[in-house]
Amino acid sequence: MPALKVEHLAKTYPQKRPLFGAAPPGVRAVRPMSFQVETGETLGVVGESGCGKSTLARMLVGLLEPTEGTIEVEGKALGTADPSEFGKLIQYVFQDPQSSLNPRKTIRQVMEAPLKRLHGMAKPARKRRIAEIFASVNLREEFLDRYPHEFSGGQAQRIGIARALAASPRIIILDEPVSALDVSVQAQVLNLLADLKTRFGLTYLFITHDLAVVEAVSERIVVLYFGAVVEIGRADRIFASPRHPYTGLLAESAPVVGRSLKAPEQKGIELPDPLNPPSGCAFAGRCPRATDLCRTREPELKQMGEDQLAACHYPLEN
Amino acid sequence: MSAFLTLLFRNRLAALGAVVIAAILILVLNIPLLPLHDPDVTATADRFMRPFAEGHLLGTDHLGRDLLSRLLHGTRLSLAVGIAAALIAAAIGSAIGIFAGYFGGRTDNIVMRGVDMLMAFPYILLALAIVAALGPGLMNALIAVAAVNVPFFARNIRGITVGLAGREFVDAARLAGMGHIRIVLTELLPNVLPVIVIAMSTTVGWMILETAGLSFLGLGSQPPQADLGSMLGEARSAMISHPHTSIVPGLMIFLIVMSINLLGDGVRDALDPRLRSGALSRPRATTLVKRHGDVPPATDELLAIQDLHTEFHVGKRNLRAVDGVSLAVRPGECLGVIGESGSGKSVTALSVMGLVASPPGVITGGAARFQGEDLIGAPYESLRQKRGNRVAYIFQDPLSTLHPLYRVGQQLAEAIRSHNNLSNTEARVRAIQLLNDVRIPNAKSRVDDYPHEMSGGMRQRVGIAMALANEPDVIIADEPTTALDVTVQAQILSLLDDLRRERGLAIIFITHDFGVVAQLCDRVAVMYAGQIVEEGPTQAVLDAPAHPYTKRLIACVPELGGGRRELAAIPGLPPVLDDLPPGCAFAPRCSKAAKRCRQGEIPLHGPAFHAVRCLFPERAL
Repeated sequence: MPALKVEHLAKTYPQKRPLFGAAPPGVRAVRPMSFQVETGETLGVVGESGCGKSTLARMLVGLLEPTEGTIEVEGKALGTADPSEFGKLIQYVFQDPQSSLNPRKTIRQVMEAPLKRLHGMAKPARKRRIAEIFASVNLREEFLDRYPHEFSGGQAQRIGIARALAASPRIIILDEPVSALDVSVQAQVLNLLADLKTRFGLTYLFITHDLAVVEAVSERIVVLYFGAVVEIGRADRIFASPRHPYTGLLAESAPVVGRSLKAPEQKGIELPDPLNPPSGCAFAGRCPRATDLCRTREPELKQMGEDQLAACHYPLEN
Repeated sequence: MSAFLTLLFRNRLAALGAVVIAAILILVLNIPLLPLHDPDVTATADRFMRPFAEGHLLGTDHLGRDLLSRLLHGTRLSLAVGIAAALIAAAIGSAIGIFAGYFGGRTDNIVMRGVDMLMAFPYILLALAIVAALGPGLMNALIAVAAVNVPFFARNIRGITVGLAGREFVDAARLAGMGHIRIVLTELLPNVLPVIVIAMSTTVGWMILETAGLSFLGLGSQPPQADLGSMLGEARSAMISHPHTSIVPGLMIFLIVMSINLLGDGVRDALDPRLRSGALSRPRATTLVKRHGDVPPATDELLAIQDLHTEFHVGKRNLRAVDGVSLAVRPGECLGVIGESGSGKSVTALSVMGLVASPPGVITGGAARFQGEDLIGAPYESLRQKRGNRVAYIFQDPLSTLHPLYRVGQQLAEAIRSHNNLSNTEARVRAIQLLNDVRIPNAKSRVDDYPHEMSGGMRQRVGIAMALANEPDVIIADEPTTALDVTVQAQILSLLDDLRRERGLAIIFITHDFGVVAQLCDRVAVMYAGQIVEEGPTQAVLDAPAHPYTKRLIACVPELGGGRRELAAIPGLPPVLDDLPPGCAFAPRCSKAAKRCRQGEIPLHGPAFHAVRCLFPERAL
């Protein structure tokens, strides 16, 4: 049984109705997408700004109501958006550790909330549990009575992880958990996350725009473009032998030591406009392989090779 | 709290207001102890006695009542009503504001339109209508004044709450299982409380005035009860013949409202975090220079930073952000400066053109020479001539460096015209040409776009176009691609690379990304805690780093194609800049550190092209 199963999950933001005439069609932030994450797996989600990663994450934790589709955690379907119902099963680690902590609350107050509200623990039990969690994320207990502004980014992010752990979830959504951190601290947090996963048998959904990081931590990777899944595959293969031209473009664009500088794309490419989406494949406008078929019919996600799926009419060959 | 009081009393006028209002408060609170006449006992024989008459210090009114006694009683009543009205208005208004701001959407719309309707009435008319409906009386006047001021609080607090409700800690609280009421009370309220206090402190005086106004019209306190407004109202008929009866309460109203307003402004300034962080003290046009020691002699490089020291003086703390940095670029060369946050890379770059905000920044030593001429301490006019003209900057976030209300073409034209004597049309032609140079498609129509109409990559191209506007010799790019997507970053980097090859531009490229440095830069300088720890040709430094910090930092960065793996981390945290350890700043985190590393200054040494600041380098140079 997969830890997380998502079927046809989609979010459309309605647009304002003009004074006269019918309401325009909504903005499709996330187009119907289906995928599953096995227990103990880390599924990486990559994509550039505006590809719908954050909308997806907020739907998965119940902060945003999906327009359609279902979310199942360990076989149990989660109903409408209710963070306190979701909270016991799925937790969230935010991108900016400082702004995810209330500046006027001590760390102890922050840590106690999920224990009290989600699990109804009594005071002595809470104290024991907080000590346990703090030990597991390598934070000293004396930090508990301090305020968020007294911590560096790396420490604040560990507090954010500790808070997510306090709810004893099965799945943690990591939304760009290290992109606000310095590289020397980034590795500390990534290694801590890997350690916690094996220790508590967690399942991760790791959202990021950094290809090298996502490759280093994930088993499988989902590539999003313009609100839709364009490719899913094993982390060690997807960037080495991409099937979708967009995945290929991403892999070529990432700055790599020892590769000479060249723009992998023609100059002056315009990104698709969400208010006025192109018909057919959203990537067709940037794709050198696009034909009339691409511009009229939206490609579906198809099996390509053993464990790779891509949504492309003319996939790249290996 | 004590910091708040110090700040408050540093403001002389606020201190004066506090003293006056405190004196008045002490007086009216001690009324039962003072030897006063009964304020309501009439003695028509003694009417209109002048001030300083025997037994009546301030004289008597038209019914022979003691003015001093009436004044103090009236002041007490007016203050009580004003403060009570402020508290009620703040409580109700803030509750409405938080409610509307937190729930948003339709709730917000309906509630706030109701509040707007309340605001559309002239306030005195509204108060009159409320009193007319409820009947005259001090209590009803209080209700009217409170009701009239509710919209002010509601709108203010709603604005703040809307900003807070979108913050991530509110989402986190929802995920921790907290309900709406609890989130409002424990997450939002503590954060809006300072704003409520500020709003109250600036409106109490106004509310006292409004209550006095209603009483003056005979709608507030009813005779014989005295408050400041009714005293004025009763004295009106004798204003010419016996002016003291109106001057006495008038002066008191003036004193109270003035002192409360002065104090309120002081409270606002001291509490407002934006003002507290120094927004009121405008930064100087150039960074303050207080150089100690000798200025290094001129060299023949295009741009040379020589032994630069820049510090931030914050209160008693002295943060050494840049501690003896020397860098130089030649025409057509790209120099990378790499380091983590707080390593001093941006401050080094901003010091060159005197762009570090002062206060708190101070340049305490060294020189920055452009074609041999020292820019540090140069007069403002000469710096201004070179800013953007000879040395240009590109910043990280183009959305915050472009003005949102002007079209990009106008902003480009302004940059061109500030250094060249061109007409508007000529500047526009040049702006279009610049947009073409940075490969913006349809430059002719894009020139009339506003910044928000462009994508992040387009905006950064405009930022680069602006830097190129006057054909500078040096461009200092401070993390220009950090906020961009990888596909866009690749385009911007290749654009910068073409530009320096075509035009012989010298680029100082500040970044934290080794991949970017490797692709673009000829030489690289690695900074740690305000110092350069290693400098050399990019290839040599990346292939075989000499400083342990460089080596470990490179190991921290995952590289695409490396597969799933444990990443190397550097234990510990970068040092605090006002408490740097003696010797090597990296020693506490370094596995090779010996006793010698923790004492004395360690020089940057090695052959001229590759230098390292380490006693035990990873390899011989």
